[in-house]
Amino acid sequence: MSNLRKGKVRLLQGNEACFQGAIYAGIDFYAGYPITPSTEIAEGLARELPRIGKKFIQMEDEIGSIAAVIGASNAGAKAMTATSGPGYSLMVENIGYAYMTETPCVIVNVQRAGPSTGLPTKISQSDMMQARWGTHGDYTAIAVAPSSVRECFEETVRAFNLSERFRTPVTVLTDEVLGHMRELMTMPKPGELEVMERPKPDIPADWYRHFEMTPSMVSPMAALGEGYRYNVTGMTHDREGFPTAVPSEINEKLNKLKKKIERFADEIYKVRTEMMDDAKIAVISFGTVARATHQAIKMARERRVRVGAIQPLTIWPFPDPIISDALKNVKKIIVAELNMGQMVNEVKRIAPRNAEVFFLGRYDGEVMTPQQILDKIREVK
Amino acid sequence: MEKEAVVKEKEVQRSNVVHHYLRPKKKFPNVWCAGCGNGIVMGALIRAIDKLKLDKNDVVVVSGIGCSSRIPVYLDFNTLHTTHGRAIAFATGVKVVKPRLKVIVITGDGDAMAIGGNHFIHACRRNIDITVVLVNNKIYGMTGGQFSPTTTAGAFATTAPFGNYEKQFDIVKLASAAGASYVARGTVYHEQQLEKLIEGAIVKRGFSLVEVVSNCHTYYGRLNREGDAVAMISWMKDHAMPIQAAVKLPPEKMVGKFVTGLIHETDATEFCEEYDKLVERLKAKEAQK
Amino acid sequence: MKAAAEQKKKEDRYEIRLSGSGGQGLILAGVMLAEAIGVGDGKNVVQTQSYGPEARGGASRSDVVIAEGEIYYPKTMKLDILLALTQEACDKYYPDLKENGILVVDSTMVTQVPTKKYYGLPFVRLAREEIGHVMVANVIALGAIAELTGIVTHDSLKEVVLGRAPRGTEEKNQKALELGFSAARKLKKEVKSRG
Ligand SMILES: Cc1ncc(C[n+]2csc(CCOP(=O)(O)OP(=O)(O)O)c2C)c(N)n1
Ligand code: SF4
Repeated sequence: MSNLRKGKVRLLQGNEACFQGAIYAGIDFYAGYPITPSTEIAEGLARELPRIGKKFIQMEDEIGSIAAVIGASNAGAKAMTATSGPGYSLMVENIGYAYMTETPCVIVNVQRAGPSTGLPTKISQSDMMQARWGTHGDYTAIAVAPSSVRECFEETVRAFNLSERFRTPVTVLTDEVLGHMRELMTMPKPGELEVMERPKPDIPADWYRHFEMTPSMVSPMAALGEGYRYNVTGMTHDREGFPTAVPSEINEKLNKLKKKIERFADEIYKVRTEMMDDAKIAVISFGTVARATHQAIKMARERRVRVGAIQPLTIWPFPDPIISDALKNVKKIIVAELNMGQMVNEVKRIAPRNAEVFFLGRYDGEVMTPQQILDKIREVK
Repeated sequence: MEKEAVVKEKEVQRSNVVHHYLRPKKKFPNVWCAGCGNGIVMGALIRAIDKLKLDKNDVVVVSGIGCSSRIPVYLDFNTLHTTHGRAIAFATGVKVVKPRLKVIVITGDGDAMAIGGNHFIHACRRNIDITVVLVNNKIYGMTGGQFSPTTTAGAFATTAPFGNYEKQFDIVKLASAAGASYVARGTVYHEQQLEKLIEGAIVKRGFSLVEVVSNCHTYYGRLNREGDAVAMISWMKDHAMPIQAAVKLPPEKMVGKFVTGLIHETDATEFCEEYDKLVERLKAKEAQK
Repeated sequence: MKAAAEQKKKEDRYEIRLSGSGGQGLILAGVMLAEAIGVGDGKNVVQTQSYGPEARGGASRSDVVIAEGEIYYPKTMKLDILLALTQEACDKYYPDLKENGILVVDSTMVTQVPTKKYYGLPFVRLAREEIGHVMVANVIALGAIAELTGIVTHDSLKEVVLGRAPRGTEEKNQKALELGFSAARKLKKEVKSRG
């Protein structure tokens, strides 16, 4: 039988891999509103979810979509939405509600160029800061950034895991090129990738507190209708979930939002390094650009330039310790990204004092080419 | 004398019922001004649920932001106090995932008609089995008396200092036209009727709306010289016209009055049921293969 | 991490662009080509595309990068093969073609070819006159490319084209593909005899 008919390896689009990853992770509910270049995710789930008895709904807008996702998650569902810049902008108020109410959910942002309607069919990485600081107030965000079709699958699974494990929204930052490009992929078998479930209470309803303090700082979470009858509010609340104005309770709540993630950040960090062992120059990039970087350092190495690559797959919390460790012996650092300078400031914050940081940006809707990066390497060498 | 005792006894029973559904450890007193209609709406909702003998665990009450939207926080059900205008969208997610739960939304005229208007009409259109209790006090109470989409023409509000020159939504007509299955209007004066209307709304399959004409004497009353809570609630008594009587009256007799009761009712396909049917259809197709 | 030996190995990337105007089925053609080469023939592939604003109409292109090893940069850098079904596409993308790259054009649509070294076949006319359906011009072109360049096996291409053809159009597509093979075979002979 030919490979084609065996169907083990498939040619898959990034957006398809993303929704297949969601299914692998056990998605129960999807709500969304169409927007280029993310629409294939909604289309795929509209087709697949009813077939497996799971729920799909196209809402009237992105505000409603994320609201429905949060409602569904509180009802016990693993829930996701997907969008692009304009939609994410509409969602941020309710994403803040998810942070505050510690509601697990996954938001995929297939980035396109902005601001505003911008370039619907063109690539960008200008929403990196939005993924961290999009909504108002203080909180700590998790965001992951795949760079291949396979990673679109894997990182979506990981996003679900992290969101359930930490009871928090997680953003998957992909981009137009990644979302639409097709690559070969072997579908992971059940059990091959880890799939996590949210912590559930194992105490009587009378003792249950929806925002209990625990050693892990993550509270077990009962679903609506399971007999626990708790209150959820976006107002700053006490452990039971009732609005509070007591300074000590306010402090406890906000510290919890921050520390439940920061203390366990080692479980969240994921960074890929290439040829960093002897590197004097490092190129740091994520997503689609990381692939141009890999190509560029290959070309530079052929010219005997000691250059390596660092690629954060966890973009938030920014993997400070891992990246600064990788940068220990580096003298020059190039940060390459498709925006006017976002990640570069994170890198500057942690770069060794004697290393110089250079920014290489592109924001004309095109992918950064290996040649551009190579030129920059030569320039700073 | 005896009759009075019976009435009193009844009153005590009614208030006991309410206490049974309030959160025991909650930090009362509540946030409302004394005499606010929100308390009456809360009582009516509780009694309707009690009459229906619903299991507390199966009731989810979702609200947005506003004075009225604080109601769920005091109730011993599953309660979601969400963001301004979005309660119906949150509730949609809950209902779709767990259709067996009774999902009730408490919202205000600003919450549901202004910022949340889009979610409101689309939930009507989908005819999803949610009950919406919309407390219409014709003003933004929580933020201190700005005009809302239902503020009467000419009425004063802090952002309509020269009188409101905008037009109003007729919530009942809007919901009916958008596809709701059950559309009713009650008032906080007619408490027993309100109980019945809410009860009917919960029982009805599909999207149900109960608009509750309520009082915000603190802002609307003061700014428009309509008096205190008692005066405003008495006004409802004098100007409400039950639908049964209203249909028989010539239009000129209806001037200045508003219709109450169950105003519109239809049967149509319901969102969650249709989705389940789709799932079954696909399953059968799969089995055939 | 790649072994040093492999690092030094000559670049094994091979890049193809299928271009024309929106609605000619070039994106689908690119997907079919990538699937045939990747899944069918077992090479590594990445397929990308370029859309006009909001995904509809205008010039359209679909790129396929092929390699034995890993493909890092997913977009094309220098084309080995360019198919152009319109003059606009030919003018726009010819500069991206390698010096000794292969240019294949629709000979009725592209009247001003920027080089003497090219293959020309009337794909759209063949589709209309021989198959009775302009929509299969893309499949004829795929057949021709397979025959002219050997970049994909005929078997894999056939399997993918038939697998993806809408029900009821299998025969038309099969005919179109065979027509692509045979027209290109004839052309190759002509070119050879011309020297
Ligand atoms: C996005 C957003 N905009 C504005 C507000 C401020 N806000 C809080 S309540 C409210 C109006 C509430 O009015 P209504 O729904 O009529 O309820 P009421 O307080 O009268 O019961 C407004 C504008 C908010 N909380 N969120
Ligand atoms: S401000 Fe108005 S609506 Fe709010 S509690 Fe007071 S009376 Fe009620």
